[in-house]
Amino acid sequence: MGYGPHTPQDRAHMLRVLGLDSVEALFADIPEAVRARGLDLPAPESELETADRLRALAGRNRVDLASFLGAGVYRHHIPPVVDQIVSRGEFATAYTPYQPEISQGTLQTIYEFQSLIAQLTGLDVVSASHYDGATATAEGALMAVRATRRGRVLASRAIPPPYLATCRTYFEPAGLALELLPSAADGTTDLEALGRALATGDPVAAVLLGQPNAFGLLEPMAEAAALAHGAGALFVAVVEPVSLAVLAPPGAYGADICAGEGQPLGIAPQYGGPSLGLLACTTALTRQIPGRLVGRTTDTEGRRAFVMTLRAREQDIRRERAASNICTNQALCALTATVYLAALGPHGLRDVAALGAARARELEQALAAVGAPRLHRGPYLAEFAVRVPRATAVHAALLERGVLAGLPLARWYPDDPDLAEALLVCATELTSGQEIRRFADGLAAVLATDAERPSAADAAVPTAAGAAR
Amino acid sequence: MDVPDGLRYTDDHEWLRLEGEEGTIGITAYAADQLGDVVFVELPAVGTQLEAGKTLGVVESVKAVSDLYAPLAGEVVAVNEALADHPELVNSAPYGEGWMLRLRLAEAVAADGLKDAAAYRELIAAA
Amino acid sequence: MSVLGPTLQPTLDELSRPGRGGTRVPHPPADALEGIPAAAHRVEPLALPELDEPSVVRHFTNLSKLNYSVDTGCYPLGSCTMKYNPKLDEWGARLPGFAELHPLAPDALAQGTLELLWELEGLLAEIGGMAAVSLQPAAGAQGELTGILMIRAYHLARGDHGRSEVIVPDSAHGTNPATASMAGFRTVTVPSAPDGGVDLEALRAALGPQTAAVMITNPSTLGLFEARIVELLEAVHAVGALAYMDGANLNAIMGRFRPGQAGFDVMHFNTHKTFSTPHGGGGPGAGPVGVAAPLVPFLPEPRVMREADGSFRLERPGERPSSIGRLRAGVGSTGVLVRAYAYIRAHGGTGLRQVSDDAVLAANYLRARLGEAYEIPYQRPCMHEFVATSRPLKAATGVRTLDVAKRLIDKGFHPPTIYFPLIVEEAMLVEPTETEDLATLDALAAAFVEIAGEARTDPELVKSAPHEAPLRRLDEAAAARQPDLRWRPMTGAQTPCPD
Repeated sequence: MGYGPHTPQDRAHMLRVLGLDSVEALFADIPEAVRARGLDLPAPESELETADRLRALAGRNRVDLASFLGAGVYRHHIPPVVDQIVSRGEFATAYTPYQPEISQGTLQTIYEFQSLIAQLTGLDVVSASHYDGATATAEGALMAVRATRRGRVLASRAIPPPYLATCRTYFEPAGLALELLPSAADGTTDLEALGRALATGDPVAAVLLGQPNAFGLLEPMAEAAALAHGAGALFVAVVEPVSLAVLAPPGAYGADICAGEGQPLGIAPQYGGPSLGLLACTTALTRQIPGRLVGRTTDTEGRRAFVMTLRAREQDIRRERAASNICTNQALCALTATVYLAALGPHGLRDVAALGAARARELEQALAAVGAPRLHRGPYLAEFAVRVPRATAVHAALLERGVLAGLPLARWYPDDPDLAEALLVCATELTSGQEIRRFADGLAAVLATDAERPSAADAAVPTAAGAAR
Repeated sequence: MDVPDGLRYTDDHEWLRLEGEEGTIGITAYAADQLGDVVFVELPAVGTQLEAGKTLGVVESVKAVSDLYAPLAGEVVAVNEALADHPELVNSAPYGEGWMLRLRLAEAVAADGLKDAAAYRELIAAA
Repeated sequence: MSVLGPTLQPTLDELSRPGRGGTRVPHPPADALEGIPAAAHRVEPLALPELDEPSVVRHFTNLSKLNYSVDTGCYPLGSCTMKYNPKLDEWGARLPGFAELHPLAPDALAQGTLELLWELEGLLAEIGGMAAVSLQPAAGAQGELTGILMIRAYHLARGDHGRSEVIVPDSAHGTNPATASMAGFRTVTVPSAPDGGVDLEALRAALGPQTAAVMITNPSTLGLFEARIVELLEAVHAVGALAYMDGANLNAIMGRFRPGQAGFDVMHFNTHKTFSTPHGGGGPGAGPVGVAAPLVPFLPEPRVMREADGSFRLERPGERPSSIGRLRAGVGSTGVLVRAYAYIRAHGGTGLRQVSDDAVLAANYLRARLGEAYEIPYQRPCMHEFVATSRPLKAATGVRTLDVAKRLIDKGFHPPTIYFPLIVEEAMLVEPTETEDLATLDALAAAFVEIAGEARTDPELVKSAPHEAPLRRLDEAAAARQPDLRWRPMTGAQTPCPD
């Protein structure tokens, strides 16, 4: 179908003004040898047909299971006011606010976003947003490399492995090595190993730890930060924003840089994107932060105004000397987070974090009661690992019972025998007691029949999607 | 455009004021005007050894950025700390309070390779 | 925060009143956080604003009205392709089956999205004439990085270690040289020829065994098709370098020029420009990247795989060791990609070609109309956008391109892109897109012409514009000299206490 406004008469009029018979002449610069003759694509569809096609595809995804899957992306209640605001065309269909006189809506909301994230993280300088938590983490580490003029980065292995993989991709062309810090027996980052790594070899630019870490555990952030600073390195905290309603903010334990995934702040999971990369730093590092920043100023009549600022750091001005090539940000996702935080306020956000923690404790007890105890003993907030024999097969079997039993940690750590029999599970305020019972009962049943079904791991998973084929 | 006599000038629109074995460096009024409102000046630390022709820092305006080059080799003995809080001095007094740094020159004679005021006036007239 | 003078809309912080709003979920039990050790607790007050829902809605609605947008008017912002985006695509991306799917959901639960992504890869490959496509990059700039990293991996895999340079024309977007630096290359800039194309002789002189890639935007940022493209690609390949195409301007050439078929080795697509994701005040977008067959082994992981039984799955980590690796946590900006898929399926092959034809026709029509009052530096048919300059106007009246742009705001239009490309003095890059009707194009042309007249009769009126916008011109220097990047939280008795 066409969305274009032109009638055949309109086109004829424009051609007449140009003194042409057809548009062909306008493409004369395309050499004959490389001219395409149309596209081998399906025929146009009516709006109804495309809508049906989308509905059918969406229907083949399964989002109806009781889900305990988090691992960096979390389901939350999104107040309806959020989508109502974000859907407004004045926000959704504006461009980057290069003309501040007619972009104050976008500019003020970005300033508000920066302010809200500054309050959550305890760090004063907040980027207008990055692509996602993984790229924000990589950019955060690269900031530290520039600021310290050092080339070594130490990262806890208990940062989500997709984040570490992204860091490797970003670091490799610069010749930077990513050195992984091992876990101690309790699942937190081994600080003795950190101390040794800082004391030997080349000077370290940055130390990266996750809070909570990839196993849901709370890390000794202040101790790690002190060790890093003692060796002249910067400390980078990789955080989950809802948790900051109840956990110490990175600025309080000495983080110089903070990165994280902002999706939990009112953004739907969307199979991974678009999401919201959070990146914040201390004032001392202002000039190292990549991406757009919005600042306050006045117009010529003295009225308060907001404008993109410190622009000379960016690629469109600095070109090959820019710290990053980032241009597009995630402004609409940042607006989503801003509306979400405005709608919840401090009490609402704390309730979300605390209710998730309470549900997680119920989940822990229910799973322990059916033979799936926690893998680690240390404190956690709303996500934790449980020990389940033949975890991957059990996970698959539970899908048949309508339970998405978190993430088999073998998927992230295929070479670690200690994690081969572990599931990473989470709860949020959406997790109901009924879902927890369904998980526990299902797990009990699967474990009971497990011995009779040794080939469960290989069994195909019958789902609506599979059956439809 | 103001081009004071008695200073030396580079093709990159910097000026050098020779004072014995030392030289003070800044950017010209022409350069400041071309850049527009200067908002940030990044300078090397005192003690840094500079090679002639190499980048020593950066001047940023609202919508442009320009490298600073060392006109001569030498050691940085002072930088203009006032520019950190008042970068606008580069626009208001490019040859005075807007100076950038002072070098102890490694080889004073090489200054002969720099332009005098008359030659620099010709350069910007042709631009 | 202290308020300096009048404000258009208070900030959330200024609207906050302790005790308001915020009950969205059941209250947690009192012992919910007992397991958290004291050292890990937040002790600082969480000084987020406290608002009731009506205040939240009015705040953001009032702010939205301070924005100019495609849904409210014509947005001829060159190189940004600010076309109207069908609401069907917005609706589709919000379907719960797409929106609520977790990125780590097992493949069996994600068959609908995986099929859509797999099919979209094929659709984009056909449009670009490429062998394969990765949908992973989050934006055009990340697509560029992905492409240049693949080119790097390609040369290294062949044992070709001496290629340290990437060549970029002086008319390129800033992301091109910034990408080259990020990927570890030195940027070599080549000038444009007088006709606006790449200076082939300068390019030949710059090419050599040290060249890894040449990045070309075609049509160029001047809105011109690179007429010597065949010779250019031959020269690049003759020295063993690869050709990268920046697909930012694809909206001009769908169905007319397929970069891969013509010999480009890598390209990226800006789906938010060409295929209908609204720009959202700066993002999000998506920057899929297409490659010729020799580069397929280096595509980022995970790829979407189709099994013999017709089901789909994601590649497992490490399954393809030649991959350059991951560019982000998830498989892609799926919500954006659903919109692109919907747009392409609704238009079909003939519809996309019509889009390009209409975009090019509208740009040429507007260009002819603007020629009455402004200098058009390149006198040949343009593609979907064109450059005009206020240089003669400035010489005659002192009115600059910036002033013309600001005055257009008063006339109800968003200004074009200004002072880009850098190689044209007082440049205005104008891109009407295919979705503005003839009456709007005429009104826009009339506004431009009117402003040129005003510049002669009342230059101060133009130089002091805008007069009708929510604000007058801003003090951008003050913003940069003393950055104020956040409000300061309320203190003392005003401080809300989360407990």
